[in-house]
Amino acid sequence: MIEAQQLTKRYGEKTAVDRLDFVVKPGTVTGFLGPNGAGKSTTMRMIVGLDAPTSGTVTVNGRPYAEHVAPLQEVGALLEAKSIHPGRSAFDHLMAQAYTHGIPRRRVDEVIELTGLQSVAKKRAGAFSLGMGQRLGIAAALLGDPATVMLDEPVNGLDPEGVLWIRNLLTGLAADGRTVFVSSHLMSEMALVADHLIIVGRGRLLADTTVRDLVRTAGGDTVTVASEQPARLREVLAGPGVEITGEVGSEELHVTGLTARAIGIRAAEHGIPLFELSARTVSLEQAFMDLTRDAVEYHGTTTVETPGRAA
Amino acid sequence: MSTVTEIDSAAPAAVRPARPPYKVTGRRVLRSEWAKLWSLRSTWITLGLGLLFLIAFGLIAAAHYKSSYDGGHLRPDDANSTALDISLFGTNFAQLALGVLGVLVTAGEYSTGMIRSTLAAVPRRLPVLWSKAAVFGVVALGVSLVGVFVAFPIVSGIVSGTPAALSFSHAGVARSLLGAGLYLGLVGVIGTALGAWLRSVAGGISVLVASLMLVPGLIELLPSSWQDNISPYLPSNAGQAMFALTHDSTTLSPGAGLLVFLAWTALALGGAAYRLVKTDA
Repeated sequence: MIEAQQLTKRYGEKTAVDRLDFVVKPGTVTGFLGPNGAGKSTTMRMIVGLDAPTSGTVTVNGRPYAEHVAPLQEVGALLEAKSIHPGRSAFDHLMAQAYTHGIPRRRVDEVIELTGLQSVAKKRAGAFSLGMGQRLGIAAALLGDPATVMLDEPVNGLDPEGVLWIRNLLTGLAADGRTVFVSSHLMSEMALVADHLIIVGRGRLLADTTVRDLVRTAGGDTVTVASEQPARLREVLAGPGVEITGEVGSEELHVTGLTARAIGIRAAEHGIPLFELSARTVSLEQAFMDLTRDAVEYHGTTTVETPGRAA
Repeated sequence: MSTVTEIDSAAPAAVRPARPPYKVTGRRVLRSEWAKLWSLRSTWITLGLGLLFLIAFGLIAAAHYKSSYDGGHLRPDDANSTALDISLFGTNFAQLALGVLGVLVTAGEYSTGMIRSTLAAVPRRLPVLWSKAAVFGVVALGVSLVGVFVAFPIVSGIVSGTPAALSFSHAGVARSLLGAGLYLGLVGVIGTALGAWLRSVAGGISVLVASLMLVPGLIELLPSSWQDNISPYLPSNAGQAMFALTHDSTTLSPGAGLLVFLAWTALALGGAAYRLVKTDA
């Protein structure tokens, strides 16, 4: 469980994280999405106490990270930037981390096996490939058998096999009842693993929602219909749960709450000729782009619709 | 996606099995820093160099003194040398090796990014600084003591029968050798503190070299009345007072030298602690 309240980080003039409020719950994979520079890494660094918030608070399992007696048991974090000494072997690195908490050597061997590093565990970490380095970071994150696992851009630079491995790992960790918090700037990747999404842009919360709600509020089930008699068609289609929008003088209507098939049948019943009838499918990627583009264009205003409210 | 949702609803409260009683303690942080120090090749190389400097340079200086004396052309500078001075000739070089390694112990974590792992494991931070300083200080002290206590008897043997001859039982010799070891150990601690304070290998080494080697030279540019008041309290001069066999009015006593040098060490550690706690990693 991670709870952020009005979490803010300023670097001089620049506000990297702007009054973020969110809760990351156990048992699911929560995706932390945003374009590069949205403040994701800074937020994660504040969660594990590497950066101090300018204002606001963030707690892990009810307490600030630094106040836990065994921090590695609360949160295991893989940060984006490399956090190892290249001259030390993978085993020695993990062992040094383990000593601080009294974690037995047995557990070090376990995470090495879990991440498939057995053959390179005694080699200098500086010689590791990107994928191996990432696995070592994940081994370190899992070392304390943490209740919360937090990974910053874990699939960056990984080959397809590595990506698949991470995906399975994440869903497995969530299935254990752990809190899993994963950042990415790739919506497509998040769509495959995350249930819940926290979307940020320019340090601000844009959406706190589920994957399905995001698509819906982004207009995922909108049907575009064009007709000679838009006003009459509007009357014909009106009903509970149906929303119709369209510009005055335009022949085009955007309908939500009805399928293209239902609209076609009803128009035919009333003898209204249609020129166009198309279901507009919005991909998650598109929904994400729309959200974050708004964040850039209307930065600092409140016109950004937060789907979180609708959810 | 659907399978995950099912699992989500099946395990709502996230009840997890009893967890092992892990806990961060001061002793464990020390253990971790000890393991970190010895798991890097640079530690072994640099400590080896420090030891080599201490012993080999003492022996070379002794051989040089002996041959000069035998040849009858002893330099005036060497006329008052004792076996102790000669055996501690390598101290100047060893302090560089140990000080630089001290800087690497802390600043190296910043340059590599290791500090993020370190502080994630020990988010209270200060135990890391104390542990690093203690572990490296003790190691530097140990290596230095081995070096000076190996070098002195050999040097003493080489220069026996010359005016520099001095035996271990001579008053003050044991105290001076211990003082030299303690000085080098504290130089190591100052190195770790400077590395943590400046968070830069180059910066830490520069300040270390400047304060131990360059500042005494610059002080000579000051009016002489100032010099006399300031000079004995400089880190290098206070440190040398710790292991000098004879003391005059311009130098501190060994005890006072130790106190002044400890104060410098405390200052460096204080600066390092302040920055470690106050600024983002």
